[in-house]
Amino acid sequence: MSAADSDPTDLRTTPLDARHRALGARMVPFAGYAMPVQYAGILAEHLHTRDKAGLFDVSHMGQVFLVGPDHATTAAALEALVPADIVNLAPGAQRYSQFLTETGGIVDDLMIHRSADPADDGRLFLVVNAGRKEIDYALLRAHLPPAVAVEVADDRALLALQGPLAVTVLTRSGADVTGMPFMTAGPATIAGIPCHVSRSGYTGEDGFEISVLATRAGELWDALLAEPEVAPVGLGARDSLRLEAGLCLHGHDINETTTPVEANLVWSIQKRRRAEGGFRGDGVVLREIAEGPKRRRVGLRLEGRAPAREGTPILSAAGADIGTVTSGGFGPSVGAPIAMGYVAAAFAAPGTPVQLLVRGKPLAATVAALPFVPARFVRKPA
Amino acid sequence: MPVYFTTDHEWIAVDGDIAMIGITNYAQSALGDVVYVELPAVGKTFAKGDEAAVVESVKAASEVYAAVSGTVTEVNDALVDEPAKVNAAPETDGWFLKLKLADPAELDGLMSRSAYDDYCESL
Repeated sequence: MSAADSDPTDLRTTPLDARHRALGARMVPFAGYAMPVQYAGILAEHLHTRDKAGLFDVSHMGQVFLVGPDHATTAAALEALVPADIVNLAPGAQRYSQFLTETGGIVDDLMIHRSADPADDGRLFLVVNAGRKEIDYALLRAHLPPAVAVEVADDRALLALQGPLAVTVLTRSGADVTGMPFMTAGPATIAGIPCHVSRSGYTGEDGFEISVLATRAGELWDALLAEPEVAPVGLGARDSLRLEAGLCLHGHDINETTTPVEANLVWSIQKRRRAEGGFRGDGVVLREIAEGPKRRRVGLRLEGRAPAREGTPILSAAGADIGTVTSGGFGPSVGAPIAMGYVAAAFAAPGTPVQLLVRGKPLAATVAALPFVPARFVRKPA
Repeated sequence: MPVYFTTDHEWIAVDGDIAMIGITNYAQSALGDVVYVELPAVGKTFAKGDEAAVVESVKAASEVYAAVSGTVTEVNDALVDEPAKVNAAPETDGWFLKLKLADPAELDGLMSRSAYDDYCESL
């Protein structure tokens, strides 16, 4: 969900670093970590994830617990910083939201989970972007009341198993996850290893994110990789998968200058919060919901084969400057170049013809509905 | 046919006064899956070091430079529909363009294959 390069001479590593290198991964600096960008190749890894199951190391992401006396206290404290309804988050459920600035900009986007176990009452589990985690932790520590502690889970690794056969693989590995609805989470034992499993991900496929003690991450990685459906997938394909799925990457498609309304994330602001506000940035966000934002995040399909990268100017059919591409590349499952960007609100309707200025040449493109590929989340298991 | 190499990971195969240009196996491997190639118009003239073509992988765009000055006599149109040829056969079927050399003496500044192999080893 986030990208930020850093000095390659001072990189942190995940608990799976040696395994990536042994698999022949190409390692790159990403958000202060040495991370695998690809193993067999981005196209093959992307298509494998859509077809079977891809295994991702996302241990660079931040995992943190908020610990308060009861759910109402912890949830209300977090609600001051995010626009999602956390007070009414059901036990076992997970929700996507954003930390906002005072002016409604997006500090980071994150997942928030409430445990189903009554013994965990008052605890929330957050997963935040690697490149933003120190900023997020500082924000939490500065704004949460003394009754709610911030416990960073630096002792945990995070793996993602994504794709239509992920459920088969986990079930065969001892975790019966077939009945889990999308965006729920709970404890599970995989290959004899205690894990915290969430049915979610960032690829547009059915899949799982698996939090595990760092000391057992290698063992879990090896067990999952030994399954015939599973192949390792790097950050390159993670990026092309999320772009096809129409999902935002912080630092690119969303940042402190974009609001959740401009970013078309209003679906993640539940009705009660829209009515009541009470979160940082609520003035701007609620006004934009009522009046409409000046610009909107849209999908873009190009007519030719040339990709349009981040930073590409977007022009109207008449040639007026109407926006900028924030993510762009080739969609391996779409089989064509695709992009996302912001355009002036008048040009945001799907089907609107636009031009993308690539290397000085205007390329014909059309505003497209997101996602580019149908989401295959399992909202209600059979 | 003598073949020369550049530090930009291009190869230049010279036949008389015609130079065929492409990217090396090292370059295609570093780029990853090529999804788009943009070639110049036949007849276009380049000075040494000019951007002559563009090659894009899933991840990023890169330029292909005119390693020598000259005029485009032919381009590999097959790459437009099958950009993956650059990965499959970078130093044969995946060639980009042919230039009529303006100044054959410019070839003297380029690397031999063994010098290029040593250069890649050093990276």
